[in-house]
Amino acid sequence: MVSPCGGSGLTTVNLLAYRDPELFARLLRRIIPALEEQVQKLGRRVRIMEVCGTHTVSFSRTGVRQVLADFVELISGPGCPVCVTDQSDIDHMIAYAKRPGTVVATFGDMMQVPGSAASLRRQRAEGADVRVVYSPSQAVDLALENPQKQVVLLGVGFETTAPGVALSLKRAARDGVRNYFVYSVHKLTPPALKALVEDPDHRLDGFLLPGHVSAIIGRRGWTLLELLNQPAVIGGFEPLDLVVSVYRLVQEMKRPVRLVVNNYGRVVREDGNPAAQRLLEETFEAAPARWRGFGMLPQSGLEISETYRAFDARVALPVDRPVTKAVRGCRCGEVVKGKETPLQCRLFGTACTPERPLGPCMVSDEGTCSIYYQYERSHHRDRREEPHEDYALARGWRQPDA
Amino acid sequence: MRIMLSHGDGGSLTHELVAQVFRPVFGDELLEEQGDAAVVPSPSGHLAISTDSFVVQPLEFPGGDIGTLAVAGTVNDLAVSGAVPEYLSVAFVLEEGLEMALLRRIAASLARTAAAAGVRVVAGDTKVVERGKGDGIYVTTTGVGRVPEPGRLGFHRIQPGDHVVVSGGLAEHAVAVLCERAGIRFDPPLRSDCRPLNRMIQDLLAQFRGVRFLRDPTRGGVATTLKEVTLGTGLDIQIEEGRLPVRPEVGGALELLGMEPWYLANEGKVLIVVAPEEAGDVTAFLREYPGQELAAEIGRVSAGHGDLWLKTPYGGRRSLGMLSGAPLPRIC
Amino acid sequence: MCLAVPAKVLEVDPTRLRARVDYLGSQTVVGIALVGGVQTGQFVLVHVGEAVQVMDEEQARDGLALWREWLDDSEPAGLP
Repeated sequence: MVSPCGGSGLTTVNLLAYRDPELFARLLRRIIPALEEQVQKLGRRVRIMEVCGTHTVSFSRTGVRQVLADFVELISGPGCPVCVTDQSDIDHMIAYAKRPGTVVATFGDMMQVPGSAASLRRQRAEGADVRVVYSPSQAVDLALENPQKQVVLLGVGFETTAPGVALSLKRAARDGVRNYFVYSVHKLTPPALKALVEDPDHRLDGFLLPGHVSAIIGRRGWTLLELLNQPAVIGGFEPLDLVVSVYRLVQEMKRPVRLVVNNYGRVVREDGNPAAQRLLEETFEAAPARWRGFGMLPQSGLEISETYRAFDARVALPVDRPVTKAVRGCRCGEVVKGKETPLQCRLFGTACTPERPLGPCMVSDEGTCSIYYQYERSHHRDRREEPHEDYALARGWRQPDA
Repeated sequence: MRIMLSHGDGGSLTHELVAQVFRPVFGDELLEEQGDAAVVPSPSGHLAISTDSFVVQPLEFPGGDIGTLAVAGTVNDLAVSGAVPEYLSVAFVLEEGLEMALLRRIAASLARTAAAAGVRVVAGDTKVVERGKGDGIYVTTTGVGRVPEPGRLGFHRIQPGDHVVVSGGLAEHAVAVLCERAGIRFDPPLRSDCRPLNRMIQDLLAQFRGVRFLRDPTRGGVATTLKEVTLGTGLDIQIEEGRLPVRPEVGGALELLGMEPWYLANEGKVLIVVAPEEAGDVTAFLREYPGQELAAEIGRVSAGHGDLWLKTPYGGRRSLGMLSGAPLPRIC
Repeated sequence: MCLAVPAKVLEVDPTRLRARVDYLGSQTVVGIALVGGVQTGQFVLVHVGEAVQVMDEEQARDGLALWREWLDDSEPAGLP
């Protein structure tokens, strides 16, 4: 989008320059031969998992996915928090909406996620008090404004989101807020990648690592990928970040010994954000967690620590364990592992649509199914309409072979 | 003072409410007659009638309130149909316990907006529902306008090669309301673009014969409205992301909320499909009007299969459907 | 997975650990408990109302400059 007003004078190199279409086009022209070379070597397209759902969205929204489609198959990974949340946890969270005297505070992302029986949106229509918040501190404000009620924040998200929730716990403890609780299903990303890499069936050539998780855990947070010699690049989310990250990842694939490359230096430090890490250690403890598609993964979840147990909804406000039913035919579990695309799911686009989602991958804006529905359904037809087999050639980025 | 159930029972309190709150601000001679129906002179020719209900939360937001919206919404629906709006009827459903002062403010802004649009409020109704059965105020407005040239605008007039123009910055209404709802405070607050456009549209139609189709891109935004056009005509439209006008501060808020401007509501903008030779002049013409400074050509119509395409600045293009589900601020 | 946006710090309130920031012309208040020592004029990355990292402007500029240089080089070479 353009800003014909000319900007406020505060815009900078940090953001807008990384969206420069002209520089993008030049970089792309330069990078395509390297991608082509790798495609020829492999005899197929390069398979890259973009771990982060926001990357998935960025690739589709900017059209970069399509621009690279002749060379790169992008596979969405377990980086959409509501998509990897196990069905029993989703049912549990929805159950709080039915608890008398309870206000459920949630990020907008959770509102439509279907539980076995209902979604939060449905519960709200039936009279439950469900509030969409933008930040965890708003949930503490809600608790202060409603002293006679119990406010439960649904703590969904990865390493980037958990520190904000940790701050809300500290504030509640400091100010003696006794009616604020968190149901934590926060998850840690590296254990899921470890599980993916160790799966003998995995068919990935490399990983584009989540930039904002890395802002917290640092490049050092990914050492396990180096131990496993996996090509991996930490990348940002602007168009230039995307295309350069893909290039650097392909370069890394060509090396015998791979290092985790930080291609998001303006945000990601070697050690991440130590203050945020200390805060997480103080308020949470790593624990086994159940992931959709993966099952139990050791030390992959964040439970509220002993010190803050009074704010742990699981402990302080137990609800009856709801009955969890799997949706028959839903392939979300395979989709979050990158083993199947939504197009392989029989429910996709017919029984399961963004208006009536059956699985969480169709609900979240960054869920793979939702993205395929919004952006990719037309892709094949689009390419058929363009009578050129080679997209780069068609766009004039590459000269035809003599 | 607050609204009580008996303010809606048709008795003395109802009369008091009308006398003290509504009549002073509307003050139309037809309303003063207090008949059961407004009797108005009829122009010869065609009439356009449009009705719309307004349930916005919060009731007041930066740049407007449910009163401005109730006028702008209906007046703009008439105007984009090629009608000259003349009369409005207004029905309020009030919730018991509503602050009288708030009702006065909203009634006043409704009256002010109607006066600015040159539209007379000639009929009205008020009902009160029990506490908890409403959200403070619901407003329904019905507008009547005369149509000088029936059939001048419509899907049937749109042709391949036509240009698509939008009259100003996108998403301003939605962002103002969503930020209020999400408790995100910006300073200065992002203001809704909510305003009646009938005078501008009348001038536009008087000056440019090449205008083929108009629609106000309210709920669902520019993308949903244009998708209706492509489905209605079987033609394709391609819009260019790089040409979509968005105020920088609105763009900043959208980044924060994780939303796309083309799916968000506008309440003071119009989409215009116009013959190519007049597109540039139409855009320049629109830019002279308040709130429309960012008017821009955003895309073109072509032969096709009823698809709406968004071309990104990076070489890709993607098909846009209608908005699915209500936009919510997200963290991911 | 985590939507985060860069914002420029306009004013720091060190006692309440909050700062007034600007996103492309929209100003609002965010928490700065996770980025101790952040100063007016710096850019922070904001997620769920909290600044999660101070952005390195030098890196941002250098990153772009390196790519430009790489493009301008007549001899193709790997990115540094």
